[in-house]
Formats: sequence, structure tokens, C-alpha cells
Amino acid sequence: MSATLERPFDAPADIDLRGHGQPLVDKTFRWILFLCLFIGIAFLAVLLAYVIIKGWPRLDSRLWTNMPSIRRPEQAGAQSAITGTLWVIAFTALFSLPIGFLSAVYLEEYAKPTSRFARFVEVNIQNLAAVPSIVYGILGLAIFARALALGQTVITAGLTLALLVLPVVIVSTREALRAVPQNIRHGSLALGATLWQTTWRQTMPAAVPGMATGTILALSRAIGEAAPLLLLGAVTFISFNPTGPFSAYTTLPIQIYNWTKESREEFQVLAAATIVLLLVILLAMNAVAILIRNRTQKRW
Amino acid sequence: MSELHDPNAPQATSDLSNTGRMDVSAVLDEGRASVPDSIREVVFNLDDVHIFYGDFEAVSDVTMQIGKNEITAFIGPSGCGKSTLLRSFNRMNDLIPGARVEGLLAYHGFNIYAPEVDPIEVRRRIGMVFQKPNVFPKSIYENVAYGPKVNGMKVNMDDLVEDCLTRAALWDEVKDDLKKSAYALSGGQQQRLVIARCIAVKPEVILMDEPCASLDPIATAKIEDLMKELAADYTIVIVTHNMQQAARVSDRTAFFTADVDAKGVRHGRLVEYGPTRSIFTAPNEPRTEDYISGRFG
Repeated sequence: MSATLERPFDAPADIDLRGHGQPLVDKTFRWILFLCLFIGIAFLAVLLAYVIIKGWPRLDSRLWTNMPSIRRPEQAGAQSAITGTLWVIAFTALFSLPIGFLSAVYLEEYAKPTSRFARFVEVNIQNLAAVPSIVYGILGLAIFARALALGQTVITAGLTLALLVLPVVIVSTREALRAVPQNIRHGSLALGATLWQTTWRQTMPAAVPGMATGTILALSRAIGEAAPLLLLGAVTFISFNPTGPFSAYTTLPIQIYNWTKESREEFQVLAAATIVLLLVILLAMNAVAILIRNRTQKRW
Repeated sequence: MSELHDPNAPQATSDLSNTGRMDVSAVLDEGRASVPDSIREVVFNLDDVHIFYGDFEAVSDVTMQIGKNEITAFIGPSGCGKSTLLRSFNRMNDLIPGARVEGLLAYHGFNIYAPEVDPIEVRRRIGMVFQKPNVFPKSIYENVAYGPKVNGMKVNMDDLVEDCLTRAALWDEVKDDLKKSAYALSGGQQQRLVIARCIAVKPEVILMDEPCASLDPIATAKIEDLMKELAADYTIVIVTHNMQQAARVSDRTAFFTADVDAKGVRHGRLVEYGPTRSIFTAPNEPRTEDYISGRFG
């Protein structure tokens, strides 16, 4: 066999299987697509490289064992911000997950698909997800901090961030429920199970992977939020760990914001190191979400 | 009656349409072919039943009776409303928005569409097996135990699971794997698991909506043998596209077709209903004759 395509002597004259080369448009388009992808990824890579290089000298245990300090940047750490973030996120999850899950179950399993109320709520949940987070900060300040007199505390931040991520939790839970095949519900109902038994024992367990993924993504959004918390008094200098829901607090994004405002170079380095820490936490959470999704993929 | 079909045996059921006529009568089950013309004990009594989806009348004017411990087959072309009618027997149509039943559909004399009837009570007595085996994403054991659990039945669960799987001719194949996922089973095994799950709640009636549509001939033969065995204790109503299947397993056959009205809308209608032997050998209606001989549908 020769490597080149030799023309059999008795082949019909109108057959030519050799390609005529890729048309120019085809090639150009391929490059434009790649370029767009490259721009997005390159910016992220540069950003990541910048903060890692800049924060490298401070990426050590001081970052999570020491408290912030204004006078001695070489001793300063972000421990109060780390514990503050954990406290706030715990309360965010506590408030947003039960309400979000159950709202989604109502809309997806209980409300009639023809119900006007359900459709009205559905449209508005989509809208709520698009409201800028600073607006939730104003709302939290007016209602939780002032009207309910909860003050500038962990619980106020938790409630406000819970409102912020609630639409995301509801939408992702609904999608997870919708992905459960209808015939599983019918199989359960045909055995004489009630709607509650069907939802609780069949539909929700089957939707858990999707719900967990959506939940983790929603909470990682809350972890990265700074804007609403700026209004809710997280800006104050905090050099102690929160002791309970009514304790003052700071969080990682706020701590980063505070340090970048400082003029001394050491604080800039510290801020970069804290950014790396925050990114690692977020990437770890997303990795867990992906892991859950891959581990529990169902074949229906 | 219970021996398995030999897959290598010559299939009298194979398509003879090239001869212009499918000789379905060759596969009539001799044991079951002797049902009397009249039904001895009525389980379902349908009188002038109409089923609507919104304004669309999917099934119109069905009057028939289903006999106890008989296998009744619904046959007919696609869109003739036979599945719709079957799903109205245990109120599964309630799950479709806009579906509504008019006329009398009585179970042992009780109108199951009376306002005070709880569909859950209806479904506990009238089980259903679907076209696609819809096992739950749980273990084999839990699949069978689910129905008794949600119905609060006080039973020895291990015994019940073994009993139901044995009755569904599945026990020997799965007895060592009860904790394994039901998804690990083959399609035919899954469908038998669904039948085991269905009889675990001790229903009186089993509705089967094309139970063999997604199965190969060997798995189909197993399900058919199982149905004949179960008919001793249960009343079975089966929808099937496969006329040979209706001829093989059923005592009575109802032939449905879709009539097109003046506006071009199709309405399902019961054409002929009687003992399977007479439907397949001596149909009264020319349309039945056309359908079973493969000239239409």
C-alpha cells in the first residue's frame, strides 16, 4: 500500500475523494472562537498569578493563626475573618436552605402547573436573582439591623445573605427536582403512597445530588460577597473571633477590602495572600460540588 | 401453564403479514380460551364513560364490564384511548392537569370518581405496571418493601419481600443480591421487580400499560407466563399493541379504535368486546376483523 492516494485506472472520472483544503472562513472562525476563550482564561490566569506572587511572602500559618493588627502588619493575620466567614455562612445556610428547598418543593411538586400564582412567583424569583447585592444590604440594614434591632451582628449578615442566595437555591432545587423522571413519582403514587410520601421518600432523595451542587454554588457566592456586608457594619476593625449569633464579626472579603485601603506595602501583600486563601476556599467548595455531581450521577 | 416459553420453538406468532393475514388464532391459549360469554363476577362496571383532556374528548362512550380473576386485554391502534382508559381505572389520570372522567366507572359498585373518594385508597387496591420499568433508585429489597411501608402494613417484611419476589418469578435470580441497586437488573428483571413491588401491597387488580413494550421476546415470554399465574389471585387488565400477546394471555379482549368526527378530531371508541377466542376467530365487527388480520392499524 502506498501512502498517497493513487487513482485506480478504472475509476469513474467524476470521483475525487481528495479534500479541497479547509475554506478560509472555516479556519478564521475557529481562531476567533479560540481567541475569545483565550482572553477570558488569560485574564483569570494573570490575576491568579499576580495575587499568588504578590501574596507569597505572607502565605504561611500567620495568615490563619493571627488576628488583624493595624500597627504591626508583619504580625497581622485573618483569623477573625476566617471564623467570621464560617459563622456567617453557617447562618446563611441555616436560613436559606430549608426555606429554599421547601419553596422549590411547593412550586415543583405541589402547585398545579396551571396555577397563576405559581407562575407569578416563578417569574419574580428569576427577577430577584438579578437584583444587585447592595440592594439586599440596604434591605438588611433597614429591616434586620434597625427595625428588628438585631444590630450589626452575625445573625443580621446571615439573614441578609440568606435572602440574597434564596432565589439561587430555589431555582437550582427546582431544576434538580425536575430532573427526577416523572415515572418514579407515578410508580410511587400507583402504590398508594401520598404526595408527601412520594416527595419525601422518592423525589427528594433522587434530587439530592443536584440540590447539593446548587446549594454549594449558592453558598460560595455568599462567601465571596462584600457589598451587602459593607452596609451591615462588617467594616469595623475586629480582632476577636465571633462568640455567637449576636457577636460582631468581619469576613474575608471585608478584611481584604480593609487591607487594600491601607497605604503600607505590607498590608497590600497581606491582602493578596488573603485573596489567595479566599480563592482556595471557593475552589475547594466548587470541587466538592463537582465531586458530588460526578459520584452520584444516576442512570434512570 | 407455567413452563417458560422455549425461545427456540417455532414462533407461530411471527409476522405472517406477507400472506395477507396474521393467523393469531394459532397462539390462543387453550387453557384460558374457555371463558363463558358472560362475566361471572364483575370488578369494574363502566357505563357511558367519557374521558376528557380539557375540551378534548379522548375516549367517548365506553360501556363494558371487567371480570374478576380474568385477564382482559385492550387492543387497538395508537391514539385510540386504551391507555387513557386504563389509567382512569386507578385515577392515575388525576395527575394530568385538565383530565376528567364523565359517566360511571364503578369498582365493585362504588363510583371511584365520587367526590368523597380518596385516589390513594383506590390505588392501594388497584395497582399499576407501566410501559417502561420504573424501578426506584434504591435496592431490590427496598423497591418491594416501599409499598407496604408507605401503606403502614404490619407484616414481616423479609417474608413479604421473599414471597413477592417468588411470585414474580424473580427470587432465584436476585436472592443473593437483595441489597444491590435495582438498576443493576436487566429490563425484563426490572419489570418483574415492578410486578413484585405491585403485588406487595396486596391489590385486587393489576393494571398493565404495555408492560412488555421495552422488552425482548424472552423477557416478554416470562412476563406473560407470570401474568397467567397471577390471574388465579388477581384481576389483570393489560393494554398491548401486540395482538399475539393479547391472544396468548387474555381471557377477554376489547378492541378500541379512533373515530374521526366532523371537525377532524379523533375520539377513542370501544368497537368490540368479548371472549378473546371469539374476537380473534369470529369477530362481529368488520373493523375488528380488519385490525386483527393486519389490514389496518
